[in-house]
Amino acid sequence: MSVQYEAVIGIECHVELRTVTKMFCGCPNEFGGEPNTKICPICLGMPGALPVPNAIAVEHIVTTGLAFGAEIPGFSKFDRKNYFYPDMPKDYQISQYDMPLAVGGSVKYWMEDGTMKECRLTRIHLEEDTGKSTHAGSGDGRIAGSSYSLLDFNRAGVPLMECVSEPELHDPQEAIAYLESLRRTLLALGVSDVKMEEGSLRCDANVSVRPAGSTELGTKTEIKNMNSFRSVERAIVSEVDRQIALLSSGERIVQETRGWDEINGVTHSMRSKEEAHDYRYFPDPDLVPLEVAAGNVSRLKAALPVLPWQRFERYTHTYALGGKQATQLIDNLALANYFEAVVARSGNPQQASNFVLGDLSRLANETGVPVSDSKVTVEDLAELIDLVERKRVNSKIAKELLTRMWDGAGSPAEIVEREGLAQTSDRAAIEPFVDEVLAAHAEIVAEYRAGKTNLAGFLVGQVMKASRGKADPAMVNELVRDKLGS
Amino acid sequence: MEELIERSAADIAAEVRAGRVSASHVTEATLAHVDSVEPVVGSYLTVLSDLARTHAARVDDRIRKGELLPLAGVPIAVKDNMCLDGTRTTCGSKILENWVAPYTATAVARLLDAGAVPIGKANCDEFAMGSSCENSALGTTRNPYDLSRVPGGSSGGSAAAVAAGEAAIGLGSDTGGSIREPGAFCNLIGFKPTYGRVSRYGLIAFASSLDQIGPLARSVEDAALAYDAMAGYDAMDATSIDRPVEPTATSLREDLRGLRIGIVREFDTKVLGEDLDRLYHAAYLDLERLGAELVEVSLPSADYGLATYYLIAPAECSSNLARFDGVRYGLRIDGNDVREMYDNTRAAGFGAEVKRRILIGTYALSSGYYDAYYVRAQKARTLIARDFQNAFAACDLVACPAASCPAFEFAAKSDPYSMYLMDYYTIPMSLAGLPALSVPCGWTTPQGGRVRMPIGLQLCAPLFGEKLLLGAAHAYEQATKHARARKPVTLEVNA
Repeated sequence: MSVQYEAVIGIECHVELRTVTKMFCGCPNEFGGEPNTKICPICLGMPGALPVPNAIAVEHIVTTGLAFGAEIPGFSKFDRKNYFYPDMPKDYQISQYDMPLAVGGSVKYWMEDGTMKECRLTRIHLEEDTGKSTHAGSGDGRIAGSSYSLLDFNRAGVPLMECVSEPELHDPQEAIAYLESLRRTLLALGVSDVKMEEGSLRCDANVSVRPAGSTELGTKTEIKNMNSFRSVERAIVSEVDRQIALLSSGERIVQETRGWDEINGVTHSMRSKEEAHDYRYFPDPDLVPLEVAAGNVSRLKAALPVLPWQRFERYTHTYALGGKQATQLIDNLALANYFEAVVARSGNPQQASNFVLGDLSRLANETGVPVSDSKVTVEDLAELIDLVERKRVNSKIAKELLTRMWDGAGSPAEIVEREGLAQTSDRAAIEPFVDEVLAAHAEIVAEYRAGKTNLAGFLVGQVMKASRGKADPAMVNELVRDKLGS
Repeated sequence: MEELIERSAADIAAEVRAGRVSASHVTEATLAHVDSVEPVVGSYLTVLSDLARTHAARVDDRIRKGELLPLAGVPIAVKDNMCLDGTRTTCGSKILENWVAPYTATAVARLLDAGAVPIGKANCDEFAMGSSCENSALGTTRNPYDLSRVPGGSSGGSAAAVAAGEAAIGLGSDTGGSIREPGAFCNLIGFKPTYGRVSRYGLIAFASSLDQIGPLARSVEDAALAYDAMAGYDAMDATSIDRPVEPTATSLREDLRGLRIGIVREFDTKVLGEDLDRLYHAAYLDLERLGAELVEVSLPSADYGLATYYLIAPAECSSNLARFDGVRYGLRIDGNDVREMYDNTRAAGFGAEVKRRILIGTYALSSGYYDAYYVRAQKARTLIARDFQNAFAACDLVACPAASCPAFEFAAKSDPYSMYLMDYYTIPMSLAGLPALSVPCGWTTPQGGRVRMPIGLQLCAPLFGEKLLLGAAHAYEQATKHARARKPVTLEVNA
């Protein structure tokens, strides 16, 4: 008898915060640069140097905590996490142990089909990043076999947020959707660039499996070295399969840290629980406890922007957009804001979304000018939607108008007026075009009358063409069928 | 020349400001004296002749421009655990034997800005861990009052330098008594300000929550001048306190009228032997004669001070000293891999006492022991601080011995515990963060000793009570003049 297993996944993210200076010194917090050019005695851990916390980084954590509905305790502190590592200048990391800046809260995320889900957070805390080691002399950049290592401390002391989720995700898709939502939110808050390729977002996954329906947690492994959302997905799939295979053959899961091997698509053991460090956390005596004033918390709360999940709910519920459309808009903040302004003026979210994601986005791609910076103002687009709604222009003309507007030809009403492009629903004006087309296509008319009724479409098209697109297609349809039927 | 090197910092600064003597002249006289006595005293690990001359010339230039420098031309000794840009800064350790500091500690920078001239980097117990200077891996410093005895520690080099006339002011750091005890041993004022009063930026940490920089001087006024120049908020030290500093040098007292001075019930001086018991009682009576009212106060938890200190300080040091790993600076002894390199470097670089404390601290912070040791020690620390709070409800200052004996002979305290006991009277104030100083209060001939050696009275004030503390110490010093009873052998030899 085969047992059905379910996966239980928790995600731990490290996010480099966007600040002007590093966490505890005045060095610039910038990605890259010549090695060891953004360093000073403090971030190098020189003897006698002392850390002074970056108040903006503290605010970024509080802001993030508030965005996820976390509790912000009035009192927090920094602790030292002690372990030796060559790219960690002080051989301890200033971090937070038992009194993080934000406790609890949850990340709301949505699946591709638009279903909204929620994963609770354990905590969000603030710490400092390490430097970078480059292992040389082994040919493949790995530490095994390398004869020496190069150290770059430009990254050392960059403010780092650690955000730990509860084990509440149940498949790789949920894990990715969670990460996407987290990334979007941090971008919207402006607290980080969240670029996985530059390492400003890094994540580990805690993975276990259990018989479906069970409420107990199985033995977990921690997966590291995943460099993209795609590898997070692959790594989780691979690890879940490995664990199920082990359990199915009667073996046990060993609690350990496992590394993801991108090339071979497998995880491999890095260190077991027994080999885990005793970090000997204790309060950092170089830093005084952080008192987060209630006044500051309310100020930061009041300054929170509209959050991506809130937009998603509004777009899909109030605006009745599809999940995919809504996500596309949310992923481009300037576009989403533009879209919302158009909706506010036109009251027609579907049409606004069609234009914004369709023709306007195409034009933006072709010209390299973002929609929000283009010559098509919010007012002009709302006016165009109004013209379409009132059947003053049909969709074909609307498309043409949009191109003209993009090039700066003016407001749609002006162009329509100037060039006589208004759609006509006047029977007397359209009838001559219908008569003309039916006369010119006598054979087709005969075939239609012989039963090939699907030819009506062709004839309607010909009439539209003859009217240079201005005729109301519904009226043309009606007239053509009337005349053919008579 | 002999006269100049015996002058107080206040006098030197006044003469230099008045243009009666140049900073360069003072510096040359001091450097010449250093040359003559260093072979027997050994205060300095590095004598900064060139840098001293450069600074002296700069001071003379500033004086000519009319700057009123409070420490104009005052020669200072800087304990070798404080950074001074471009100078070798060793902490008395092999692991930093050749390390050159790339920046200057705030306290040092402030003294130099006030016109002081750095004569040299003074010897100390390795990473400030010790009470005799014998733990220095790089040199031996002798007590200028008896060359067969230690100068005290850990700021022993700074103390010896000031006592021997090799500097007018010495910078020390005090974690559990490292300024006060050598002050007492070398017939000096050894002053530890309130924790957070003087920036620790650039002071190589031993125990961050206890370390505090302060002056060693031949008079209270000199200590006050140095303190006034150094004290105050520093944005580079998150534990420095942003609170106005009251100048102390201009408000020294001549008597103790209206002050209640607490004598600690638990610190019965009988245990120190007949002679010290008599001397301390005489000192208390002198305080009374100067107008103070003596009151008995109790510090019931003070007896836990030593045990508390020897958990907290090693715990912090085990983490503070992790960075000396051979990777970025200092000594490196290669190995087959990085782990072996760490082991080789730290095994060769640290001395026995430093290793002992790293081990104790690592143990105290380890999972499973943390609550029993570190957390309990923090609780005891709170109790000790509360004891002082209660005591200060009944008195303005506390008076007690600065050390349990006068300077001892080399190798006399061979087991670590007897050495730790040297700080019995100074540790409680450190744990409570209080300002305290030692002031000479008499002379005693140690058992088997040939000459009389100085002892120190410790005075302690409430937090931020520096003005009162220095003021009272000045009144006592001026009335008793104990420090003038003997000259150091280095001056006797020269005279």
